[in-house]
Amino acid sequence: MSGNAAVGEAAIRAGCACYFGYPITPQNELPEYMAAHLSIRKGCTFLQAESEIAAINMVLGASATGVRVMTSSSSPGISLKQEGISYLCGSELPAVIVNISRGGPGLGNIAAAQSDYYQSTRGGGHGDYRTIVLAPSSVQELADFTSRAFDLADKYYIPVIVLGDGMLGQMMEPVEFKKEAPETLPIRNRSLRGAKGRPSKIVKSFTINAPELEEMNWSLFRRYQLIEKEEVTWENFMTDDAKLVVVAFGIAARIAKGAIKNARAAGMKVGLFRPITLWPYPSAALQSVARKTHYFLDFELNMGQMIDDVRLAIGSKAEISFYGRPGGAVATPSEIQRVITRLYHQNGLVSKK
Amino acid sequence: MKVVYQRPKSLKKVAFHYCAGCGHSIVHRLICEVIDEMGIQEKTIGVPPAGCSVIAYNYFDVDMVESAHGRGMAVATGVKRALPEAIVFSYQGDGDLAAIGTAETVHAANRGEKITAFFINNAVYGMTGGQMAPTTLPKMVTTTSPYGRNESLDGYPIPISDMLALTKGAVYIERTAVNSPAHIIQTKKAIRKAFQTQIDGKGFAMVEILAPCPTNWKMDTLPSWKWVDEVLAKEYPLRLIKDTTGGKNAD
Repeated sequence: MSGNAAVGEAAIRAGCACYFGYPITPQNELPEYMAAHLSIRKGCTFLQAESEIAAINMVLGASATGVRVMTSSSSPGISLKQEGISYLCGSELPAVIVNISRGGPGLGNIAAAQSDYYQSTRGGGHGDYRTIVLAPSSVQELADFTSRAFDLADKYYIPVIVLGDGMLGQMMEPVEFKKEAPETLPIRNRSLRGAKGRPSKIVKSFTINAPELEEMNWSLFRRYQLIEKEEVTWENFMTDDAKLVVVAFGIAARIAKGAIKNARAAGMKVGLFRPITLWPYPSAALQSVARKTHYFLDFELNMGQMIDDVRLAIGSKAEISFYGRPGGAVATPSEIQRVITRLYHQNGLVSKK
Repeated sequence: MKVVYQRPKSLKKVAFHYCAGCGHSIVHRLICEVIDEMGIQEKTIGVPPAGCSVIAYNYFDVDMVESAHGRGMAVATGVKRALPEAIVFSYQGDGDLAAIGTAETVHAANRGEKITAFFINNAVYGMTGGQMAPTTLPKMVTTTSPYGRNESLDGYPIPISDMLALTKGAVYIERTAVNSPAHIIQTKKAIRKAFQTQIDGKGFAMVEILAPCPTNWKMDTLPSWKWVDEVLAKEYPLRLIKDTTGGKNAD
């Protein structure tokens, strides 16, 4: 199954009732999957909107009624959705947003890239807000994380971004779908269903009174702190005895893993630290790796965006090198292995304990 | 004693913040009267805009969800698709519906979205201080057309309702005003018809309402009400623009 289709199937199984999207490569198989499989389900909606902007605002309207809702796009389309994402955050509405990202800036190209890291993790829209960002590195994880994204969104009343890329979206791999949600999910609290037997409700972000808006921001911030405490995930791969640790996420981590296995076979003690939640970032876990390892290689398919978080976590406690390929160019495992080998020897790690 | 006039049940007991002579408060009241009369308060979900009526949810006693400027019909679409049994309306001004939200407006109409749109046309951006709107009249002075709207540079008043009527999905579109008792009565009839169109599942319905904005027109209230008839309605004639519902007219 393609990564894009796997996201669609996982979303349907997670009880996604509405999908709103707009065509853009390399994620088209996802709306096509939803058009074929979601639209025919009872009470479910697939709608091809007139724009990414309209799609994200339809997501907002549907989410306000308390159902599970998703949109997907690729980098330039995600830029258009930023207005709506900011409103979703301000209105405390859950939603799942899938970014099968591609090369930029501008129209860029349709190849795999990781240059939307800043946009995803820093909040690409206006205002003080965060979104949970999950970074899968296989088709299986695309499916699993889509499901998890719906749960997290509902738990924290927050939009969750699944940040894939063109390669993951197009890749074909076997997938196991773990769970199927009940046919009808319970409607969330706070949802708008009409003021029957209760006072009318308002879903909004607008708060003209500054102290009230300040309190609303504090309330969001406290929720973000809770998410930072509860929901951080990462993977340590062969880091226990590693003299050099590669830090990479998503498809880059997958490429790095291949390189690390080969480097291990060549006798080099190399490991991988893979952040799975890009926000909240697994800083503490990375710090504990840095207590034993003093050499890091940050590898990304961009010119160095996540490296800011790596530096914030490790500071000057270790040497941090960077290798990146921007613009939709994808490094091969042997290319990364060459970089690893060079760093390993330059720093005299063969003889270091 | 017979009660002949009272606050509609779905209009909250809150003083309006609108300027004297403004059309919003009248339209709010009319919508609430119709909601009461049709008995749909418990299943109505409204979508207020950005602008002077941004806090319309302080007045309408129905569930409401905010929309970003121009996105009202997209938000309303999301609500209606997720909850088809709800009666969904958007409430939007001219800049919102006919400039920044043109795409959302045209496509909601073209899809025949089963929502009801209330379009308040006062030919200016009110909340932001009276800037030129897409509906501003030729030569009309606003804060961003201080020498009058120059058609050769700024284009012409946009006939958005007539444009929407070209789409098959739009089945009922009427233009009314709230500057006289007769026009207010006609507006209420149109509001009812627009809701009924949604209830009958016929398609997209919209009422364009010419509303005075004395503050930004820099007029006293009475002259502003006259100006609606004598000037604004010349550009935007009050009429039934389209009705393919097969039902009876709002009259």
